[in-house]
Amino acid sequence: MSRIAERFEALAAKGRKALIPYIVAGDPEPGATVNLMHALVAAGADIIELGVPFSDPMAEGPVIQLAHERALEHGTSLSDAMAMVSEFRQQDADTPVLLMGYANPVERMGYANFADRASAAGVDALLTVDLPPEEVAAVNKELQRVGMDNIFLIAPTTPGERIQQIADSASGFLYYVSLKGVTGAGHLDSAEVAGRLAEIRACTNLPLAVGFGIKDADSARAVAGAADAVVVGSALVDAIAGQLAAGADLEQAKQQAQDLLGAIRSGIDSL
Amino acid sequence: MTTNMAKNPYQQVPDAEGRFGVYGGKFVAETLMSALADLEALYRRLWADDAFRAELDADLKHYVGRPSPLYEARRWSETVGGARLFLKREDLNHTGAHKVNNTVGQALLAKYMGKQRVIAETGAGQHGVATATIAARLGLECHVFMGEEDIRRQALNVYRMKLLGAEVIPVTSGSRTLKDAMNEAMRDWVTHVDDTFYIIGTAAGPHPYPMLVRDFQSIIGRETREQCLEQAGRLPDALVACVGGGSNAIGLFHPFLADTEVAMYGVEAGGLGVETGKHAAPLSVGTPGVLHGNRTYLMQDEDGQIQHTHSVSAGLDYPGVGPEHAWLKDIGRVNYVSADDDESLAAFHALTRLEGIMPALESSHALAYAARLAADMSPDKIVVVNLSGRGDKDIHTVAEIDGIEF
Repeated sequence: MSRIAERFEALAAKGRKALIPYIVAGDPEPGATVNLMHALVAAGADIIELGVPFSDPMAEGPVIQLAHERALEHGTSLSDAMAMVSEFRQQDADTPVLLMGYANPVERMGYANFADRASAAGVDALLTVDLPPEEVAAVNKELQRVGMDNIFLIAPTTPGERIQQIADSASGFLYYVSLKGVTGAGHLDSAEVAGRLAEIRACTNLPLAVGFGIKDADSARAVAGAADAVVVGSALVDAIAGQLAAGADLEQAKQQAQDLLGAIRSGIDSL
Repeated sequence: MTTNMAKNPYQQVPDAEGRFGVYGGKFVAETLMSALADLEALYRRLWADDAFRAELDADLKHYVGRPSPLYEARRWSETVGGARLFLKREDLNHTGAHKVNNTVGQALLAKYMGKQRVIAETGAGQHGVATATIAARLGLECHVFMGEEDIRRQALNVYRMKLLGAEVIPVTSGSRTLKDAMNEAMRDWVTHVDDTFYIIGTAAGPHPYPMLVRDFQSIIGRETREQCLEQAGRLPDALVACVGGGSNAIGLFHPFLADTEVAMYGVEAGGLGVETGKHAAPLSVGTPGVLHGNRTYLMQDEDGQIQHTHSVSAGLDYPGVGPEHAWLKDIGRVNYVSADDDESLAAFHALTRLEGIMPALESSHALAYAARLAADMSPDKIVVVNLSGRGDKDIHTVAEIDGIEF
C-alpha cells in the first residue's frame, strides 16, 4: 500500500479529513522549504503538496505565479525540489509528499529518470496540471513501475463518462478542482461542489480532495463535509509572502502559515 | 499499375489525438478538455459543410479582399540577382496581415457555438487587431492579452484595437511578451470557459487549434499554387515564409507539401545571432518539450524552463512553434533556417525602396533569407515569399533603431 493510501485509511478510521497544504519549492528561498514543510506538518498537515517551479504556470492565479517567479529567481529546479523532499524524509518518514507541476520539467528530465529519482527521494505521487488522461500513458507507466501514485484532476466541466475514465486510471486520490478558474480564485460554490463530489463517488472508491479557492477555515469547512481532503495553496503562499513583504522574518512568516493552517485544521475537525 | 495509390501523408495529420508524429496533442488543464472536444466536433462538422464553407469564402472575398495578389518583384529580383522573386501579398488583406484569414474563420465558429465573448493573445498586435476587427463586425465582446513589452513597441496597434472596441489587457508576468500573453489568455479561458471562445492566432496550442488554424490559413497556399501556374506556367521552385508560431508559413506550405519538386524554407528569428542565445529560433537550435498545450520544439534550459527570446519583431518573439512545423522538420520536408535582426532590417529597407512595398518586420525575415537563397539560383527559377504583413506598425521600431524621435 502506498504512503498516501495508508494515510487516508488511517484518517478514515479516525473519522478525520485530510488537510493538504501547497507551497512552491524554493519560495521564498530554497533554504526555507524543508523547514516550512516540517512546520506545516506540525500545524496539522496530513499530506504535503510541493509545487515544482515552472516558467509558464498556466493554471495558477497571480499569487502562485509570483511564488513560481520567486523560486525561479533562485534557480530552483525539479532536481532541487526532489532534493528537498529527500532532506525532509530524513526527519519525516510518514507524511506523504506529492509533487505538483507542469509537464515540461518532467519531460525534460525524462519520465523514467524522473520516476527513479523521485521515488528514491521519497516522493509519493505526481500531479501534472497539463497531462490529462489522453497524454499521461507514458509517464503513468514509469510511475507504476516505481510504485508512485498519479494524481488526476477532475474539473467542473468534466462530463460523467470521462470521470469514470479518469477514475479508472487514477491512484492515491482524486483531486476535484472546485471552480472554473485558476488557483486562488474567489468564486467557490460549496453546494455545487458537494453535488459534483457525489457524482464522482458513484464512479470510484478513491478518496476525493478538493482544491482551488479554499482560503480559510470557513471555506474549508464548507467543502470538507462532502470531501475526504481539502487543499490550501494560494492563501498559504499569500500569508507567507505578505508577512515577508511587510518586513517580517522567515520565522514570523512560518508562524503565520502555521496559524492559518491551524485555523483551517480546527475548522475541518469541528465538522 | 496498382490501384493501391499511396495516400498523401500530409493529409493524414493530425491523427485522432491531434498528433503530428510525436508532436501536438492536448496538454491542457482538465477544465478545458471538454471545450476542446466540443470545438473539434463542431469544426469537423462545419469544415465538411458546404454552407459553412460558402459563408467563409464570401467573407474572405468581400470582407478580407481575397484573393491577394501574387506579385513579381522585378526590381528587387534584379538587385538580388539570380532567381525570380514573387511576393504573396498578404499585406494587402483587410487589417494588413494574414492573421485575418484565421480570425474570420474562428469567429464564424464562435458564432455557430453561440459564444458572445472572444479572447485573443497577440505579440505584434496583428492578430489582436484582426480579432478586434471581426469582433466589432459580429458585435462580440473582445479582450486581447498583450505583453507589456509588446504594448510599448506596438503602441499603434494597441490604439487600433481600442478604437475597434476591444479591451487590451497588459500582461506583466514572465517575459511580458507573446508567450506570457498566451498564458494569460489560457487563464482567462479556463475562468470563462462557458461563454468564451479563445481565438488562437497561430498554428500552435492544444488540438484542434493547430489543425484549424492551418486549414483557415491554407487559402494562402491554394491561391499561390493557382496564381503561380497561371502567371509562370508552373509551380515555384521554392517557398519562403517567416516562422514565429508558424501560421503564415503552414498556410503557404500546406497545399504544396505533396509537390516534392517544391523546396520550402521556414525562416525563424535569428535575433542578435543564434550563436548569441538571444534569438527566437526553437526549430534551429531548440529541443522538444511541452508548452501551451502542445508538444513541439522549444527554447528551454536543461531544467525544462522556457527561455526568454529576442527578436526585433514582436510577432516572432516566441519560444515555441506550431507542432506541424516540428514534424515537418523531423521528416525533412521543410528546411528551417534563420535570419537575424540586422539582415531583416536591411531587407525591410530594400523592399521599401525598390518596390514601394513596406513589409512587416516579421515578413522581412522571410525576405532576407529569400534574397540569400535566390542569389544562388539561376534566373529561370522561381521563389515565392510570403509577404505576411505590412510594415506600418513597425515604423516606430525602425525609426527608433535609426535614432529618430517623433
